[in-house]
Parts: sequence; structure tokens; C-alpha cells
Amino acid sequence: MDKYANNKKAVQGLVLDKSVHRDVYVNEEVFRLEMEHLFPNVWVFIGHASQIKKPGDFITSKIGNQPILVSRHRDNTIHVLYNRCPHKGVKIASEPCGNTGKFFRCPYHAWSFKTDGSLLAIPLKKGYDETGFADAPASKGLSRVENFKIYKDFIFARLSKKGPSFEDYFGDSLSTIDNMVDRSPEGALEIISSPIRYMHTCNWKMLVENQTDTCHPMIAHESSAGTAVKVWEREKNNSISKETPIAVQFYAPFMSPYEFYESTGIRIWPNGHGHTGVTGSIHQDYTDVDGYMTQMTEKHGEQKAKEIINDVRHNTVYFPNIMVKGAVQILRNFIPISVDRTLVESWCFRLVGAPEKFFERSLMYNRFINAPTSIVGHDDLEMYERAQEGLKSDGNKWVNLQRLYNEDEQHDVTEIINGTSEKQMRNQFNAWSKYMTLNMSSKLEAAE
Amino acid sequence: MKQEEIIGFIYEEAFLLDTMQWEKWLELYNQDARYWMPMEWNQTDPLMQQSLMYEDMLLLTIRVERLSGERTFSQKPKSRCHHVLQAPKILEINEENETCKTRTAFVYTETRGDILERFSGWASHDLILVNNNIKIDLKRIDLINFDSPFSNIQLFM
Repeated sequence: MDKYANNKKAVQGLVLDKSVHRDVYVNEEVFRLEMEHLFPNVWVFIGHASQIKKPGDFITSKIGNQPILVSRHRDNTIHVLYNRCPHKGVKIASEPCGNTGKFFRCPYHAWSFKTDGSLLAIPLKKGYDETGFADAPASKGLSRVENFKIYKDFIFARLSKKGPSFEDYFGDSLSTIDNMVDRSPEGALEIISSPIRYMHTCNWKMLVENQTDTCHPMIAHESSAGTAVKVWEREKNNSISKETPIAVQFYAPFMSPYEFYESTGIRIWPNGHGHTGVTGSIHQDYTDVDGYMTQMTEKHGEQKAKEIINDVRHNTVYFPNIMVKGAVQILRNFIPISVDRTLVESWCFRLVGAPEKFFERSLMYNRFINAPTSIVGHDDLEMYERAQEGLKSDGNKWVNLQRLYNEDEQHDVTEIINGTSEKQMRNQFNAWSKYMTLNMSSKLEAAE
Repeated sequence: MKQEEIIGFIYEEAFLLDTMQWEKWLELYNQDARYWMPMEWNQTDPLMQQSLMYEDMLLLTIRVERLSGERTFSQKPKSRCHHVLQAPKILEINEENETCKTRTAFVYTETRGDILERFSGWASHDLILVNNNIKIDLKRIDLINFDSPFSNIQLFM
């Protein structure tokens, strides 16, 4: 018997002011409802325009569990389509990216479609004469996702017809994407490499929460970052170069004390978005790259250039499931596979026109922190897996999120708070509850 | 370097890994050595193309020390590994510079707790003679499914 379907009250009851019920992480029905409601109701990242530069280029993606196809048409317009043949449902494109030429052709019965999704041809077309085919959904070609937005080349889509506009949904949180774009002297980013893919046996929301969890790095990553600091302290006298290796520059700040994270702050925005590292972050002390400041000053003037470069936000969560790190040009996509399985794809962006050192650094950060071979990744995944197991315990069905809670806490506001607050997690769950139930009918009374 | 020495050296490396003699394993590497796991087919550049690993001795030492750390929770319980190697193929021997290149097909198993994962690929070694000892200058691991989403890989292939 379904406990949560069509039961707004029961779903809302999973999120309290200071805690959430474990079912949000472990219950299969809740996961199914996330696919049916949460993901279609919100704006989900599906790709970057630099991946489809030429007509015929396409990428495949997902919104929740629904396969999506994004294509560049011959007039250079971008089209977001459901990736299924209108005939028998076969996925039209199965590769992550490619170029289809002038049209898509279904491999099963050779129905073909223009790169804007419209039906081009069907073999033995006569067989549909006088069958009323013009009235069938199949005659319309690939179903279109009407609501999509290309913001500075980042492509987002919202599947449901009703819902917030892109601008209302993201609001000022877009400033993190703006900052990452501004870091290119030409104001452009590009993806030129596949993402690092890392399978996690845990619920997707654990990963999202961890992005603004500043009380875990010095604890969970003592084994990796702490060991890195210790080994470098010992070995540096034998090192030929006296400059701290970039690897240690990446690892060491993870061991910063609570006071550092407290003072650098968290900024929260409406609809579950927020970021750590407001006045400084673990990314603030990387070695400068020669020639870059000059380039940026020429483009923006000294003051603006400094503002851009000194805005070293740590992790920005775009609810529901991406994180952007402007200072190292990385976007992580937390793709839900099942209630206890999440595929993480971590993308690096090349700052067009900037010294290539930045792309090298981005790729390096990605393999040090976001790879299945990363010792930092090993630390985190171990915690998520233990939580996924531990939450099966009936001893306590609630997860506590009340650090720095106060009684008159407001949701859907913009504010800067203490950097060790769990308010950003509460903010995410407030948005979760809102968008899970936005279009949910309430046929039943509360369960039990 | 003689052929049988080279082949013996490659088997010895796998033996040290499978018996978890990490410090002795590190001693097989030259001071400027790199351990590289590409993430693309026929990858040519470890730095400007995405790699899974490209690590020098400092980073490999950090990994080895981490494995035995008191607070390394992802090693409680500990991982174990197992290499099955095909006979190494010697691609070239340069007598003058005392270097050689080999390629060895492998099946690698890593296990921890109830989980057992298996990987297939090729290990390429660039070897160099240092004070009459064979050392690894570059070890490169090409997996057949380099583009798959793996879970944790904590030991060395």
C-alpha cells in the first residue's frame, strides 16, 4: 500500500523544522515520487551549449529518470526533446554526445526526425493513409520539452507545464555561474572533456547536503588531507622545489579549523540554493597564474577584475542536484539512479582565453577530489554508505539538522549566516517539500 | 636489462601489492616516477586530458600512509587486492640508456568487506636502470572500461 502517493500531508510531514524523516533517504516510494514530482517541477541542469557547437551535434541527458536529448538544429537553435521514438519508445540517441548529421534516425524501424525533433519520414508511409495518423501523437515527431533556458550556455529545463519561471527559481543564485563565466577573459566557458564518473551507493541527497557541510572536512578528511599535510611537512626538506605542490595546496585547506568555516559564512537563497565560502574559502590561497591578472584587468578594469578573482565561493548548490565551484571551474551533477544509488558526474570547464594552467588545475582538482580513485572521495563515500546502512535502524527515524537553528527562522530568504550552520540543509529540504507537493493531488488523508 | 630480469621485476611488483607490502612497493619507483591512470582511450596527455590518477612519489606516499591511518575509516575493514598477469610483452629495450618499455595484460580484483570488484586492462611500464637496480619511471594503467562509473578504487592496479 502506498503511503505517500497523492498524500501531500504525509510527504510534507517528512520535513520538520529541525529534522527530516529517514524515509527521504531510504524509502523507495519517496524516491519514485521524487522522479514523478520533484524533478519535473524544478529547473534541472541538462548540459552546456559548448558541447553542441555545430548543427547536428547532440548530447543525451536525464531529468530525474527520464531520458532527454538536446540537439543543435541547422539554423543553430537548440532543441530539448524527450529521447524516445514516438513509434515504439526506442531511445533515439544512446551515446553521451555525437553528431547525427542532418537528421536522427531510429535504429529500429528507420523513422527519421529533423534535428528540431519534427517528423521527417516513415518507411512505407502508405500504411498510415486513412488511419487518422495526423491525430496520433506519433505524427508530431519527438516530444518536445517546452520549458528550457540557456543561461550563459548552461542549459536547464523544467518538464512540468506549471511551475516557477527560470528567473524566479534561481534568482540571485545565478551569480555563481556569472562569476565562473567572468573568470574567462572572453566571457566564455567550454567543455572539452568527458566528466569523471563515480558511482555512489547512497541516496542522492546525502551528496547534495555534504556540499555545504563545513563541519565534516577536518574530521572525515583527516585521513586524506591530514595525511597529505603530515607527509609534506616531513618531505619538504628533501624537495627540490620549495613551493608548496599544488596537490598540497588543494588538500591542506580541508584541515582548516571550525573557526575558519564559521567566519567565511554561508549565503542562502530562496528555493534551496546556497553556497559556502562567502568572505573567503578553501580556494583562496592557490598560487597566481602568470599573465592572468593583466588579461583580466584589460578586459574588466582593475577593480572589477579583482572582485571577480577574489570571489572564491566554495560550493554553490543549485537545488536540486548540481554543485558549482567557480574558483576551480567544476560542476558536479548528482544523478539519482535509485533510492540508494547515485551517479556523480564531475565536469571541468575551460576558461576560454585564459592561460591553459587553469584547465590543467581544474582537471587536477577533479581527479584529486571527485574521482573513484580520489582519497577524499573514499572518505566521503564511506560516510554516505554508513549512513545509508545506519538509517535502516528503527531506533531513531529522524535525521537531525538543527545546528544554529533559531525559532523565528524564515524560509525562502536571502541571507548570510554562520558558515557552520545547517540552515542551508534545512533550506534544501524546505524546497524539497515545496516542489514535491507543488502539483500533487491530495486524495487521501494523512497516513496512519 | 635482461628479458628474464624485466619479467621477474613485473611479477615481483604484483607480488608486493598482493601481499600488501606497500613501502617495499614504493621502493620499486624512481624518484621522479609517475603512476598514471588515463580516462580516455589511447590518451596521450596525462595533464591536459582528464586522468583518473597521475601521481608522483609524494602523492603515492600519502596514499600508502593513509591506508594504515588510525582514522582512515574507508579502510575499516581493510581492502585486499589480487593481480593475475599475462606474460609481459617487452616492447623495446634501449641498451644505451638502460631503459625498457613493457605492456602486460591483467585482471585485477579489489575486495573490501562483502564487496568484490574486478577490473581488466593493460599495465604499461617504463623501466630504467638506476645504480644497477631496475626502477619504474612510469606505470600506466589502461582499463578496458575507463569510461565506466566506478565505485571506490582504493589500492593499486
